[in-house]
Amino acid sequence: MAAVRVALAIVRLVFQSAVLALGQIWANKMRSVLTTLGIVIGIASVTGVIAVLTGLKAKVLADFETIGAKLMHVFPYWPETGPMRRAHWTRIVLLPEQFDGLLENCPSVECFTRMIGFGRGDTARFGDRVIEGVDVMGIEPSWHKVWNRAVTDGRQFSVVDDKERSQVCLITPDVRDRLRLDRECVGQSIIVGALSFRVVGVVEPPAQMEVFGGELGSKLEVLIPFRTAYAHGRWMHVFALAKSPSVADEARAEISFFLRQTRSIKPGEPDTFRIEVIARVIEVFNKIAAIITSVASGIVAISLVVGGIGIMNIMLVSVSERTREIGLRKAVGARPSAILLQFLVEAVMLCLVGGLIGLAGGELLTLAFSKGTKNLLEKAYIPGWAIVLSFGFSAAVGLFFGMFPAIKAARLDPIEALRHE
Amino acid sequence: MIIRLSKITKVYKVGEDRVHALGGVDLDIEKGQYVAVMGPSGSGKSTLMNIVGCLDRPTSGTYELDGHLTTDMSSGELARVRNEKIGFVFQSFELMPRMNALKNAEMPLVYARNGWLWRHKRAVAALERVGLGDRMKHRPNQMSGGERQRVAIARALINNPSILLADEPTGNLDTKTSAEILALFGSLHSDGQTIVMVTHEPDVACHARRIIRMRDGLVQSDLPVEEDEVYAHAARPAAREAS
Repeated sequence: MAAVRVALAIVRLVFQSAVLALGQIWANKMRSVLTTLGIVIGIASVTGVIAVLTGLKAKVLADFETIGAKLMHVFPYWPETGPMRRAHWTRIVLLPEQFDGLLENCPSVECFTRMIGFGRGDTARFGDRVIEGVDVMGIEPSWHKVWNRAVTDGRQFSVVDDKERSQVCLITPDVRDRLRLDRECVGQSIIVGALSFRVVGVVEPPAQMEVFGGELGSKLEVLIPFRTAYAHGRWMHVFALAKSPSVADEARAEISFFLRQTRSIKPGEPDTFRIEVIARVIEVFNKIAAIITSVASGIVAISLVVGGIGIMNIMLVSVSERTREIGLRKAVGARPSAILLQFLVEAVMLCLVGGLIGLAGGELLTLAFSKGTKNLLEKAYIPGWAIVLSFGFSAAVGLFFGMFPAIKAARLDPIEALRHE
Repeated sequence: MIIRLSKITKVYKVGEDRVHALGGVDLDIEKGQYVAVMGPSGSGKSTLMNIVGCLDRPTSGTYELDGHLTTDMSSGELARVRNEKIGFVFQSFELMPRMNALKNAEMPLVYARNGWLWRHKRAVAALERVGLGDRMKHRPNQMSGGERQRVAIARALINNPSILLADEPTGNLDTKTSAEILALFGSLHSDGQTIVMVTHEPDVACHARRIIRMRDGLVQSDLPVEEDEVYAHAARPAAREAS
């Protein structure tokens, strides 16, 4: 019963102090707002950064949904230890036949495609039209399934194309349009590098991954049969698709086991290849996001400290200005703790007001980002935990920096305070 | 006996020097008395008032207020005594400029144990008692000096204090307004309110029923008003008119 009464009395005092504090803040609007500027800027920037990161993350996840978290990339890799560390590239490179029978031996793998990439920078010509920076890749028909990109006009490569190393190609709509091929371009021939290729189909453009600047597919692509490409370059790699995201790790282990056999790697020796589950990129992204967040937090911490000192300063001014009021309150029966509470609550309220304005600023920033960057950050928003955190930090700053002025007020001698001019 | 001071001394340290503000004061004030404390500046009357008002502690001696020994109390307990047993009236009113009369009068209840309930009602009653029933929503800057002091008196009375302590209550008021305030004190006195008033004006002091004169930290004289010299020399002894 007594505890309840004490609790009620404290709640009452806090409530009254809050009302008083709001009155004070309202009476000194300009001063209060200027004082909280540090906190406003701190909170606005941290919520802005968090909102942008949240938006980016949502975007990354959405991008990965289009290709799925099932995609794996197999590529040659010099091991960090062992005799193969300094091996000649010809001993490290993947060979097409090392993947023969992979599907039979790896039950978690849906399909895979051998690929040759020549890097960007090839030129493509049609008549007098020339385009630069064309991405030429050798692929197998299963590529369409792995990357979920169908042929919209014409046909896929046939087994014959592959076997005969036919000079045929699939192109993206952008290549067709930039080279001014006919709408129905199948059957026309383009020159890539120094070789002529007959267009057999048009393939869907890659799903745009703005986050990575289209890294996982350029819009200017010329696809040729794998064997055709293999005649020109040996640096092959493989993309494989797991049957579902949940078995991606099993699929990875199966491929690894299978490749160690076909590549005759002895037990105990390190792999001479690597298999990356593309979903891991999300983890990398999360790490980068964490770094950005911590850097931003550091900046915000500085800004909050500066803001807090501003709060302390203005609270000291307030205590000095209201010395007589403090004296009177003590004379009519306010205990030091009540005075302490009053000024502490005022500092906290001041900071919370700053936090609120800062949050509004962060929301505006977020709005500006999401509207200003077309669809890259359209999903940017301030998550609930960031709002709670903002107010928490504001209150903490108020408590910490308001403590000294509040103690000063609480310790004032009522007689001296009432005599104060 | 509402106030019982015995052998009260107060020594201040001012740098190296020790200033004896009170040099052993014995004083009893009974319930319902109307006392004026007079004396030149430096006589110790302010120090005495601060001790009686529990704003300050004596260096030695004992002070019993309403049967409670205050000299052993913690500062928290003293705050409660000030809240419940003492009503202060100051020379410069000490009202909160942004609060209306009602809020100003309510203020001590903020710190009272059971002050939350009925505080509005009690503030209204206190303001009506001092004749400000029609000015409750006014702020101090919308009121005259006399009205402001009435608000301060209402504030002092809100907790039904054992004593009303007034420090130069008419010091900032003109003669006419002073008379009104003193009339109010007179009526509070006739309602049984114990009043202790510090003043240096004989015209004001003569309204009290007992005059205590201080000099050099000691009680110089302690007489009923009729026997004190102020009674004869007062220009307009309202006390005489009243009686």
